[in-house]
Amino acid sequence: MSNADHVYFDELITAATTRLLGDEVLLANITGERTDFIRLNNNDVRQAGTVAQRRLAVDLIEGQRHVGGAFQLTGDRSIDDARLASLLGQLREQRRFVADDPYLLFNTSPTSTERIEAGSIPEPDDALADIRAVGQGRDLVGIYAAGDTYSGFANSLGQRNWFQSASFNLDWCFYLQADKAAKNLYAGFNWDEDAFARKIDWSSRQLAALERKPIDLSPGEYRTYLAPRAMEELVLLISGYGAFGQRAHATRQTPLLRMIADDATLSPLVTISENTAGGVAPNFQSSGFIRPDTVPLIVEGSYAQTLVSPRSAQEYGIPTNGASGGEYPESLAIAPGDLATATVSEALDTGLFVGNLWYTNFSDRMACRTTGMTRFATFWVEDGEIVAPVNVLRFDDTAYNLLGDQLEGLTDEAEVLLDTSTYIERSTMSSQLPGALVGGMRFVL
Amino acid sequence: MTDLLIESRELEDVLRQALPTDVDYASARMVDERSEHLSVRQNKLEPIFNDFDTGVMISIWNDGGLGYAATADLSADGLAAAVTQARHWASVTAGATVATTPPSEHATGTYISPVEVDWDTLPLTDRLDLLQQQSRLLGIDDRIVDWRASLVRRDVDQLLVTSGGARIEQRFRFVYPGLRATANEGTNTQIRTFGANAFCGQGGAELLGRHGFGDAASRVAEQALELLSAPNCPTETMDLLLAPDQMVLQIHESIGHPLELDRILGDERNYAGTSFVTPEMFGSFQYGSELLNVTFDPTVPGQLASYGFDDDGTPAVRQHLIENGILVRGLGGDVSQARSGLPGVANSRASGWNRPPIDRMANLNVEPGESSVEELISSIENGVYLHTNNSWSIDDSRNKFQFSCEYGQRIENGEITGTVRNPSYRGISRTFWRNLAGVADANSFTVMGTPNCGKGELNQMVGTGHASPACLFAAVEVFGGEE
Repeated sequence: MSNADHVYFDELITAATTRLLGDEVLLANITGERTDFIRLNNNDVRQAGTVAQRRLAVDLIEGQRHVGGAFQLTGDRSIDDARLASLLGQLREQRRFVADDPYLLFNTSPTSTERIEAGSIPEPDDALADIRAVGQGRDLVGIYAAGDTYSGFANSLGQRNWFQSASFNLDWCFYLQADKAAKNLYAGFNWDEDAFARKIDWSSRQLAALERKPIDLSPGEYRTYLAPRAMEELVLLISGYGAFGQRAHATRQTPLLRMIADDATLSPLVTISENTAGGVAPNFQSSGFIRPDTVPLIVEGSYAQTLVSPRSAQEYGIPTNGASGGEYPESLAIAPGDLATATVSEALDTGLFVGNLWYTNFSDRMACRTTGMTRFATFWVEDGEIVAPVNVLRFDDTAYNLLGDQLEGLTDEAEVLLDTSTYIERSTMSSQLPGALVGGMRFVL
Repeated sequence: MTDLLIESRELEDVLRQALPTDVDYASARMVDERSEHLSVRQNKLEPIFNDFDTGVMISIWNDGGLGYAATADLSADGLAAAVTQARHWASVTAGATVATTPPSEHATGTYISPVEVDWDTLPLTDRLDLLQQQSRLLGIDDRIVDWRASLVRRDVDQLLVTSGGARIEQRFRFVYPGLRATANEGTNTQIRTFGANAFCGQGGAELLGRHGFGDAASRVAEQALELLSAPNCPTETMDLLLAPDQMVLQIHESIGHPLELDRILGDERNYAGTSFVTPEMFGSFQYGSELLNVTFDPTVPGQLASYGFDDDGTPAVRQHLIENGILVRGLGGDVSQARSGLPGVANSRASGWNRPPIDRMANLNVEPGESSVEELISSIENGVYLHTNNSWSIDDSRNKFQFSCEYGQRIENGEITGTVRNPSYRGISRTFWRNLAGVADANSFTVMGTPNCGKGELNQMVGTGHASPACLFAAVEVFGGEE
């Protein structure tokens, strides 16, 4: 793995620092990638290509006044130096018209860090050949993304932080027909043929189970097992809308409002944290603060702490814990329980086994009442055995039921789930989630 | 950073010279974006942010293979490296692709957003003063616990050149205004916005007046407070009147996405999903009642997704997708039309220089009917009139949906009798539009858009346009929030 981007960023900001005026402070963040993408449908290629990008974002500060900007680096130092100088000139001009920002806060105690995950990923041609080989005779659809990604922070006070990894992410389905498919994900830093084969085997067995005639279930309340991927869809909805954010908390917009305004609780089985140490996201944020290894958010069903960005720290007079501006978890973890993962079907006994949920949103956000669909492999189970796939169902239920009164247990293994999102750039978010056995989940359509 | 790259003859020459001539098809698509983000929260200016994003995508089709490479290095060497990379992908994928026919058009033309009042004639201080003024109109009561006024200006210049001689220059000027007031009492929090960001479009500063941005803040704040004391929306099957700023979402999710040919072809099955629409439905399927007329119309002046050409270079024209309730055409560009043999439109679009084009909605509009909104209301014995989407969920075949709105009005015996909070409704796309019982006339026809439509692997976020009058649906399952 090359350190050229690391060196380039360092030198660019070091040079820019020498051109600052007066007491100016410069904060700089870079995110970059060189990623090979292969998109597949019916085991053939729909699109394939390579994206190379390096986005530099800066905040130019003088006292409590500041303005920000960003642009794509070209990799040519003379061009990038000139563009950065031009941008800083524009920010200085705009800064004349802004007042002091009472919520400006940045790290003034330089703490430099470096984390590099030098993975072993196959050449893209080989990856394509491997994937198409296992998909031979099958309707394989999905995307393979692989390559270097990096994030860096630097400021004119001398702080330098760098996070770089080489990783791959194969997100795919074996389709049977219509909307019936076995969904799987193989992601990591080192491509392992045996591990990939095990994933394929699991998908093949699930595909076979889907071949049984699907059934329609009437709306109603069903005993349900939510696999980790289904839990992810549910939990990320809630956390994405400010469940754990200080600003959402203070302005009464958190979906967990009833926990802070009405003493509502989740099940004592539920403990949720921002587990930076166990995730794959950088341990620094855009104002230079270093994140603690873990931040407890929900402890045994009760609200514990919020994620506090630097701006919220200033606004609400509390310390920051290194949250990003959005104040959502980037490495969310739910502590496992004592339900044996290997025997969840027996524990479910008779009910719904939900592998994936889809398109979750709120029916009543402030009551944390959520809705969404089952997707891919959802099965009806009787006496611990799969009876039939189930056609898609809409659920509509509150977190206080699903993770509260109705929660019977969490599995004893939490699955590490890397975020497959590639909006703008490859995500570094992840989650560690167990499966959940719910005594009664409400389905409405 | 104010020089317009699209006016650089030197860059255009470099792009042209980079394209190989010994392949079936090659294109270079340069995208140069500049945006300014302004926001005032609780009467305090938030940090101004200026974003610049520039790069080129090289696409090559050859011998049944295809490949792309995206780079921000616009030098001759940088583009040459991208061409080599794209050519390699085309070689590796030859004989192993689902799409073998490259875009067929090699047109020449220009599109420029209509701008009446150039933003640059409105000084930054005036823009900030406008937002401060709106912010003060939002924060009118102690129960308003959070509020924000925002304005994003985004300029996007695109230049597409192809090995077949195409030269397409498009200059887009977008404006995204926003208002938001959050009211709270105890465990009851109500959020009201300026059309859930749907009052966006193309143009200059005049766009703010088009939707009454300057007059909306007081109404937004007052309705947020009004919702605090409003009763919960009733739960029963009743008539449903949707305002244009909810029709945006209804059209988008239950007509737009199901008609995308790449979903029907299966490309999206691992992510965005498939469609309940199948190829044999085109030309005969009764999608809605006879009142339903839906157009793909990239020619509406100032609408968010108006353009002259899609990102494969196909000239864009207005076409009916649904005519008198019958499905006649899908949403698929040149490549998807060749793959499926189905009729489509010019809607192959990319979110930026670093993403390849796929089938997207552009402007997807419900054409006006003949009733006034007042006539529709007076025809309702028992119903609700819902405004402004705040929650959306639909299955992966785009069939079973559930949507919620910020603000509801109860209609009883032909009259609006009060406000209701937390209104939602659910239905099934395949049959929902057949219950379309009334379409309001051009007086309520409102041109809007959705700034953030996500789709695709790799993921892409684009703006889509939707225009509609208020529409009435019979016998819909309506319900409220938790008590």
